[in-house]
Amino acid sequence: MSAPALEVRALVAGYVPELDILRGVSLEVREHEIVTVLGPNGAGKSTLMKTIAGLVPMRAGTIRLFGTDLPGVAAHRMVRHGLAYVPQVGNVFARLSIEENLAIGACARTDRAAIEEDLARMYALFPRLGERRRQPAGTLSGGERQMVAVARALMARPRVLMLDEPSAGLSPLMVGTLFAKVREVREVRETGLSILVVEQNARAALAVSDRGYVLAEGRERITGDAHALLADPEVGELYLGARRALA
Amino acid sequence: MIAQYAADGIVLGATLALGAIGLTLTYNILRFANFAHGEFLTFGAYFALVFAALFAGGQTLGPLTFGWGFLEAVAAAVVLTGLLALVLDRLLFRALRRSDVTVTLVIASFGASLMLRNVVVFVWGSRPEYYSREIAVRSELLPGVFMSADEVFVIGLTALAMLALALFLSRTRLGRAMRAVSDDPALARVSGIDVQAVIRWTWLIGGGLAAVAGALFGLTVQISPEMGFNMILPMFAAAILGGVGSIQGAVLGGLVIGLAQALSVPLIGAAYKPAVAFALMFLILLFYPRGILGGRT
Repeated sequence: MSAPALEVRALVAGYVPELDILRGVSLEVREHEIVTVLGPNGAGKSTLMKTIAGLVPMRAGTIRLFGTDLPGVAAHRMVRHGLAYVPQVGNVFARLSIEENLAIGACARTDRAAIEEDLARMYALFPRLGERRRQPAGTLSGGERQMVAVARALMARPRVLMLDEPSAGLSPLMVGTLFAKVREVREVRETGLSILVVEQNARAALAVSDRGYVLAEGRERITGDAHALLADPEVGELYLGARRALA
Repeated sequence: MIAQYAADGIVLGATLALGAIGLTLTYNILRFANFAHGEFLTFGAYFALVFAALFAGGQTLGPLTFGWGFLEAVAAAVVLTGLLALVLDRLLFRALRRSDVTVTLVIASFGASLMLRNVVVFVWGSRPEYYSREIAVRSELLPGVFMSADEVFVIGLTALAMLALALFLSRTRLGRAMRAVSDDPALARVSGIDVQAVIRWTWLIGGGLAAVAGALFGLTVQISPEMGFNMILPMFAAAILGGVGSIQGAVLGGLVIGLAQALSVPLIGAAYKPAVAFALMFLILLFYPRGILGGRT
């Protein structure tokens, strides 16, 4: 088995002193894998992503990206190490055009020709964005913004992509489209992009994932194959309950 | 007669606009109202004075009261003032930025403004200075409108600086990064933008533009330790009026405030000049709460 793309071990982190949101989470994302983290509100799903992205300081544990220790890396350098992160809210530059948003995604790169190529690739993947490339991202619908955010992150040519609740606020139809795109995105990249998704809309996310983790009270509680989790009665009762999710 | 006051207002407005651009830029990216920005104008004017003396000699350019030496002096003042802004940020604002209370920064900038003004008085004295003893001859450009070549130059250079800045912000990587940071600093950081570097460039550019504004004010009016302080409130009014964060808004705001101040002299008397800027700002904000060009969220 190949080394994990992203490896989190016994991670402890929180925003204010002495209040740990994450209390020893461990998880891994292998190369070319889509992994979903689900769990109730307040389980620490978003905090987990922010900590990996370097926005929340960690207190204990390790985070490794292809064997490199991440905590020593400044947040804005993460992209250069191959980690791209799409926050849950405020994930587009509202006053910049779609094209400028995507260009920002590539700001750490210098290979101009390849950037142009990737830009064309994004417009092929998300045709709606190509049609509106000069439009400010703030004028787009929720689903279109989500696509801008994902495309912006992909423009960095990451090896690991982290999506924080990409389905929040989207219509059920849009959620389906989005996750289909997430799956498509992985196939686009020859190098083997790995994707970590945090979701409340667990059913839709698990359907396109390889594996899943259930997070509760700052720890991973249940781990397994995505299909097994979908079938697991405990998971089903707690986290996949009928229309519990926002959608 | 009114036309003459309007022409004077445009010259003053051009200077205010240049200052207001720097203010709106730093406000938008650093998220605090920097009251020391006026002193950047003052220092810019005095730096240019020092260099103008060093680069003195040579012919004056056509009908202008200055020669190439003055332009070189302004260029040097731009660099030096930009560095001054950078040093001030390093010594004072950077440490305070870590606290979430923005009012700390605003008050600190007020203190910095006072200190810098005193440094000017200490170094250069409090007597007004001029770049040139030459008399700027005004000729009748339009019926009833007299302007000197210097004043026309001020308007032209301001227009050029604004155009260059607009192109820089929309066409270059750094300009785009600056707009991204102003839009959402946290997202900019996780997108791979070095926010600290962008902040440094913002100070350099904002300080540089203030130096140009200060030198141009010194050219058409006079250089004094209070010049920047006297202009800081009209500059804020201009930036807010136009919509904070908008370059075009700052320019428009500068012109509106400049015109209003100049026109208030014949209409309601010179004593009310400073109040007019604010009366106008309040009035416009009642109808455009985000400023004239600041409509977007």
